[in-house]
Amino acid sequence: MSETENQTENQTASQEDDANGCLVDVEHLKVFFPIKEGFIVDREVARVHAVNDVTFKIDEGETVGLVGESGCGKTTMSRAIMRLIDATDGTLRFRGQDITKAGRKKMEPLRRQMQMVFQDPFASLNPRKRVVQIIGQPLRLHGTPRNKVEGRVRELLDQVGLAPEHLNRYPHEFSGGQRQRIGVARALALEPKLIVLDEPVSALDVSVQAQIINLLDDLQEEFKLTYLFVAHDLSVVRHVSDRIAVMYLGKLMEVSPSEELYTKPIHPYTFALLSAIPIPDPNENRERQRIVVSGEPPNPIDPPSGCVFHPRCPRATDVCREVEPPLARYPNGHLAACHHPMNVTAEEIRAATKDDTSPFSCGDELPAPSEGNGAGPATTSPASTPPS
Amino acid sequence: MSADPDPAATGAPPSGEPLLTVEDLKVSFATEEGVVQAVEAVSFELAPGEILAVVGESGSGKSVTAMTLMGLTRSPNADFEGTAHYKGTELVHASEDQLRRVRGAEIAMIFQDPMTSLNPVHKIGRQIVEQIQEHEALPDQQARERAVELLDRVGIPRARERIDNYPFEFSGGMRQRVMIALALSCNPSVLIADEPTTALDVTIQAQILQRMRELRDETGAAIILVTHDLGVVADIADRIAVMYSGRIVEQGTLDEIFYDPQHPYTWGLLGSIARVDRPRPERLPAIAGLPPSLADRPQGCHFRPRCPHEFGKCSEVPPLEARLDGAPAHLDRCWLTPDEKRERREVRPGEIGLEAKSEAGAA
Repeated sequence: MSETENQTENQTASQEDDANGCLVDVEHLKVFFPIKEGFIVDREVARVHAVNDVTFKIDEGETVGLVGESGCGKTTMSRAIMRLIDATDGTLRFRGQDITKAGRKKMEPLRRQMQMVFQDPFASLNPRKRVVQIIGQPLRLHGTPRNKVEGRVRELLDQVGLAPEHLNRYPHEFSGGQRQRIGVARALALEPKLIVLDEPVSALDVSVQAQIINLLDDLQEEFKLTYLFVAHDLSVVRHVSDRIAVMYLGKLMEVSPSEELYTKPIHPYTFALLSAIPIPDPNENRERQRIVVSGEPPNPIDPPSGCVFHPRCPRATDVCREVEPPLARYPNGHLAACHHPMNVTAEEIRAATKDDTSPFSCGDELPAPSEGNGAGPATTSPASTPPS
Repeated sequence: MSADPDPAATGAPPSGEPLLTVEDLKVSFATEEGVVQAVEAVSFELAPGEILAVVGESGSGKSVTAMTLMGLTRSPNADFEGTAHYKGTELVHASEDQLRRVRGAEIAMIFQDPMTSLNPVHKIGRQIVEQIQEHEALPDQQARERAVELLDRVGIPRARERIDNYPFEFSGGMRQRVMIALALSCNPSVLIADEPTTALDVTIQAQILQRMRELRDETGAAIILVTHDLGVVADIADRIAVMYSGRIVEQGTLDEIFYDPQHPYTWGLLGSIARVDRPRPERLPAIAGLPPSLADRPQGCHFRPRCPHEFGKCSEVPPLEARLDGAPAHLDRCWLTPDEKRERREVRPGEIGLEAKSEAGAA
């Protein structure tokens, strides 16, 4: 096989088990966008650190939620996995095969195994094409005979809950929710393994959001799909994901089994994100303790030293300003990159180990249990001080 | 019931004379596909210092209602009926001159998209000063001072320097603050905010909502908040009007709507939210079907085709009226009796309605 040549330079031990169970394997991935300036000759003057040394895996059949605020790099990350953007550094493997630098030829057979559903159902469908052409396009591109296309499109329409008479309509004749169904049908056309969903419901009304989420759920079960669900809305992500990765300024802050992230957030950033979401229940909302983080995410051109969250973090100390925290491994495969973790007991802190998915640039120090910051349920948060 | 007792006397709880009275407002647009009735017989009152949330899905007419109050929906193909009285001025049929005196000075608006609602080629200071001087004869220097104060008040750091920045030099959250400063520049008594935080990240949304609440307490301005996000509503509103397909289908205080909702659409809305504070259910309950097209609405109750409780009477339009004893201000548009509603709205998980009470106590 041709890919063996590419693999020789990778000495990571995880190579063998990639083939069984692991669909996507991202190692120390970096995506930097150069900022160029100059007259006639462009010089690179700075770099946007969109994704900065991220390591994680997506297992076959699971749904990984990737969350964070705008500008945190989650979309860049998902596009890099789809090979729509080239990685600056690091390795990307799909079913054990190194595709970091794979060319067009090599990618083509893989493309049908990874598909994408986009955020905006109004912009992601060609307004001049009929539904049958839109959904049929990937089929034609990948060599389905012309006379078979329409039958397959009918089948797909049925699977996403649209009627066969929709076949010859144009996108403008559909509502947002229906359009998103068309986008899902298009992604399903080639029977992919992986579907990257980039904010698939954030442009839709609440009642329609629930319909689409249920549809995605059904399809996953029926076709054994693997999802990477990119979203900023943590409530939606909770309802679809098995595991969740929280990103901030190009770095992974926390990776956790889905339910645990909500009941036991370890990283103060995750806690702040969760507490910023208003709960649709007036009484609970009034009683709840919240951290309102002040300020805004810093500029990714010049990320802060140490922990990238320290300028906004209520728990930040000197060590946070100087040393980048490693991803510490807590029970249940819960990872968090924080010097002052929350909701973990002193014992859990003592037992924590530096995970080998930590970025290269991080320090070796693990959080110390003696600071009295650990124990306690989720509600005992640091003083919920409103911003001045 | 208001959220909690306001420390400042200025944030008076809703009482006495309403500030704004909208009666029987109808807005229709003539289009190629026929006349589209965007807003049908909408009536509500707004008290000083009150935050009224207008909730609904896209196409429910919530934005058209809000914009009509500002005279922003006027166009050759639009037709208006009904009245909206604000301090002796009738807004729906007011002349452009009358409107101009009210707009910005008395009733101000914050739009959804902070990226497009500021003029990109003027410094933000100039945009604020322009609005101030449009309504008050202030010398440049004083107007500029006021602009700096405003920017400071909405939480823009180093306001004195930032006032000479262009909109592109601000982030989304900061631009929305500039929009709020602009809206507050003439001390309006009514602030209409159309999805003010929808385009923002949650951490920024929390900051903006807090700022809006503080400003209401400081200035005593009433706020009409147009939104689809029930979390935001629970966080900030005093009263709620739920709109569906051009009509208000239910109206009441925050607690009435959340804890004793009367209309099946409200049950569906409350039931279909993915909640961040609850474990994942097997399936999210979803309201089946789609909102009706505005040009082709069902007879009678507009929610009828999607409602699991539909019966014969629903082909007549139910009036918006109080149907509960002891809650004269809790209005709804549904033919079911209050007892039937109580019984039917609590359902098994996965169905449209509210979570049955027995499970609710678990949290």
